[in-house]
Amino acid sequence: MIIPLLTLVFHVDIRYAIGTALVASIATSSGSASAYVKEGITNIRLGMFLEIATTTGAVVGALIAVYMPTNVVAIIFGLVLIFSSLVSFRKKMEIPAGEEKSRLASQLRLNNSYPTAGGVVNYEVRHVPGGYFMMTFAGVMSGLLGIGSGALKVLAMDNIMRIPFKVSTTTSNFMIGVTAAASAVVYLQRGYIAPGLCMPVVLGVLAGAFAGSKLLTRANVKWLRIVFSVVIGFLALQMIYNGITGKL
Amino acid sequence: MKQLLSKYFQDKDIQQLIGKQLRVGVIVSSIIVFVGGIIYLVRHGHEQPSYGDFTGVREGLTNLPGIWQGVLENKGMNIIQLGIVLLIATPIIRIAFSVIAFLIEKDYLYVVITLMVLGVIVYSMLGGLAG
Repeated sequence: MIIPLLTLVFHVDIRYAIGTALVASIATSSGSASAYVKEGITNIRLGMFLEIATTTGAVVGALIAVYMPTNVVAIIFGLVLIFSSLVSFRKKMEIPAGEEKSRLASQLRLNNSYPTAGGVVNYEVRHVPGGYFMMTFAGVMSGLLGIGSGALKVLAMDNIMRIPFKVSTTTSNFMIGVTAAASAVVYLQRGYIAPGLCMPVVLGVLAGAFAGSKLLTRANVKWLRIVFSVVIGFLALQMIYNGITGKL
Repeated sequence: MKQLLSKYFQDKDIQQLIGKQLRVGVIVSSIIVFVGGIIYLVRHGHEQPSYGDFTGVREGLTNLPGIWQGVLENKGMNIIQLGIVLLIATPIIRIAFSVIAFLIEKDYLYVVITLMVLGVIVYSMLGGLAG
């Protein structure tokens, strides 16, 4: 959200926007991860294992970014945005029964449980190599575009690794900060991170995180999601258009 | 002593500690950003910054010695940047904490995995990838 706002509305160069967005996703992730870790939903081992994939990807993405023209970056960004807003509408997939168990998952001790109102629920992680590969891709996108790529991470964990939604969202949030930090250190040295831009964004994100957690409990989530997706879709199209016409 | 330590630091305690470390990192860095922001706005609030053309931020803001030099000179920009560096460091410090946490739990597989993550980040910091 920050990148289209900065580039389309405030006409900031997309490279400064990427640096600012990275810092913002670290703020969001660290701010909320501290709350989730306490509740015992986050699968820390799974997050840590997959962080090898996301950080490697993020460094590769930050390297590619140097050689990629900014209008191509804008087009890729728009496509990822559209994809993300579609993912939020996706129907919950049924987990086919009798799928073979993953040996790798038990060797890596990824299987875990999480607390619910109705007691502790156990779950098993599947398709570890596929999930790992998808996470590397999510990491590349994160490093290239300066986004948390939470949608890609959740998709990898939900659809491929068959992890319960609650666990995948919190674990993905837990991972975003580390992934973003891996490419942020490169961008900082490259001069993409401008304090004048980051200051209002960081303070805004943190203030918003405090207010948002109180507001969200009262808001109508279904309508919120629809409005949000329409806005994102519109921004995405504009990013792609500007990328194609070479304005970004 | 070692047993006492591992008894004391149960799994949940470590997770709580990591949660607390994240929160402290975020709060401290936002205070620094806020203070730097006020100094910056008081001095340069009337100027029109140009972010439309990419030139990269000025020399002293891209490395630690440069940032620290400016902080000592009370430059608002540098104080903000110090807060942002601390914010970036927060999840990295969390990884370092986790290495210790897994060591105490004697989960050596995850000590190695966590060290690998730390290694990738250190490489991207020091590997001269800025190009």
